[in-house]
Amino acid sequence: MKVLLRNPRRELDIPGPRRVHALLNDLDLNRESHLVIRNGTLVPSDEELGADDVVEIRPVISGGSL
Amino acid sequence: MKCRVCREPAIIDVPRHNANFCAPHFLDMCRKQVLKAIDDFDMLTKDDRILVAVSGGKDSLAIWDMLIDLGYEADGLYIGLGIGSYSDVSGDYARAFAAERGLKLVEISLRDDYGYDIPTATRATRRVPCSACGMSKRHLFDKAALDGNYTALVTGHNLDDEAAVLYGNTLRWELPYLARQLPTLPARNGFPKKVKPLVRLSERETAAWCVVRGIDYLVDECPMAAGNRHLNYKDALNKIESQSPGTKTAFYLNFVDKVAPLLSAFALSDDLVLAPCNSCGAPTTGEVCAFCHLVKTASAHEPVPVELITGRGARRR
Repeated sequence: MKVLLRNPRRELDIPGPRRVHALLNDLDLNRESHLVIRNGTLVPSDEELGADDVVEIRPVISGGSL
Repeated sequence: MKCRVCREPAIIDVPRHNANFCAPHFLDMCRKQVLKAIDDFDMLTKDDRILVAVSGGKDSLAIWDMLIDLGYEADGLYIGLGIGSYSDVSGDYARAFAAERGLKLVEISLRDDYGYDIPTATRATRRVPCSACGMSKRHLFDKAALDGNYTALVTGHNLDDEAAVLYGNTLRWELPYLARQLPTLPARNGFPKKVKPLVRLSERETAAWCVVRGIDYLVDECPMAAGNRHLNYKDALNKIESQSPGTKTAFYLNFVDKVAPLLSAFALSDDLVLAPCNSCGAPTTGEVCAFCHLVKTASAHEPVPVELITGRGARRR
């Protein structure tokens, strides 16, 4: 599957199928601070992603002055 | 995963509620959390004239959208900070959101209206970037709300923001800051009422609101915030949260409920020494307020591009 990551923007090819939580674990990303989006729709953590899927892992943490 | 409410397929899991939701019931959960915050902390009424501070990011656009969705009337306020292309793009998102919904967006430009921008202020004051930025925004939010006769200023601070600030202030036992860290600050001494209706929603949930509602927002992080200590605090709290869901909620909301009332004396004490700034009239503890000092220093400095401050403009885009 193709995985789009941000900050910095990059794209990875990762073998599928794989569940969302496993993908996040493999990439050492915390579920609390990321959303996984496939075809514009959110995907929950137990969903299986297929080998041909294109997914975005979107960070949700913003910083700066509060 | 099934939605806790309707048993249809879920689109998101929310561990702190030990629940999963489909799209419509996730939105319902968010609305309920915002309404509970508004009610519990006496934030807003339908008669309020509301100004929402809008950055073009997920939180501010989400709360503006939620307030309109819940039947409140609210205008937006966007401050152009002059942080290179980051600010250009953030302004585009804020304007597009307002235009698509027929909402009023008030705009202020630091460079055009006050003769400086955040990279230049950072260099001129030799302080961390978020210091000049935060101070500029807080002053101009207050001024815009008062000048526009708004009765409430809404900011998009979410549960993670508040928990991170609380964590930092607790680590240092900053009692005056802790005493002021409330979801509602009533109007007082020349300051407008300020409220944070997102304090019961995590930033993962506000981002998810935007995705489900089809709101385009600026996902990329501010180039000047990298390494900011609040980001480190959020990271630490999220590591705890992932092991013990609900920790951030309990940490912040129990502070507001159980500890903040004990600290109210510290919050009141600084009211006693506030007087109008000799230059702009804003409440201040000195003769001239910190914002007017900043404007004088930063506007006299040669403009500084953001890349000279971050040193990584090229690789972030």
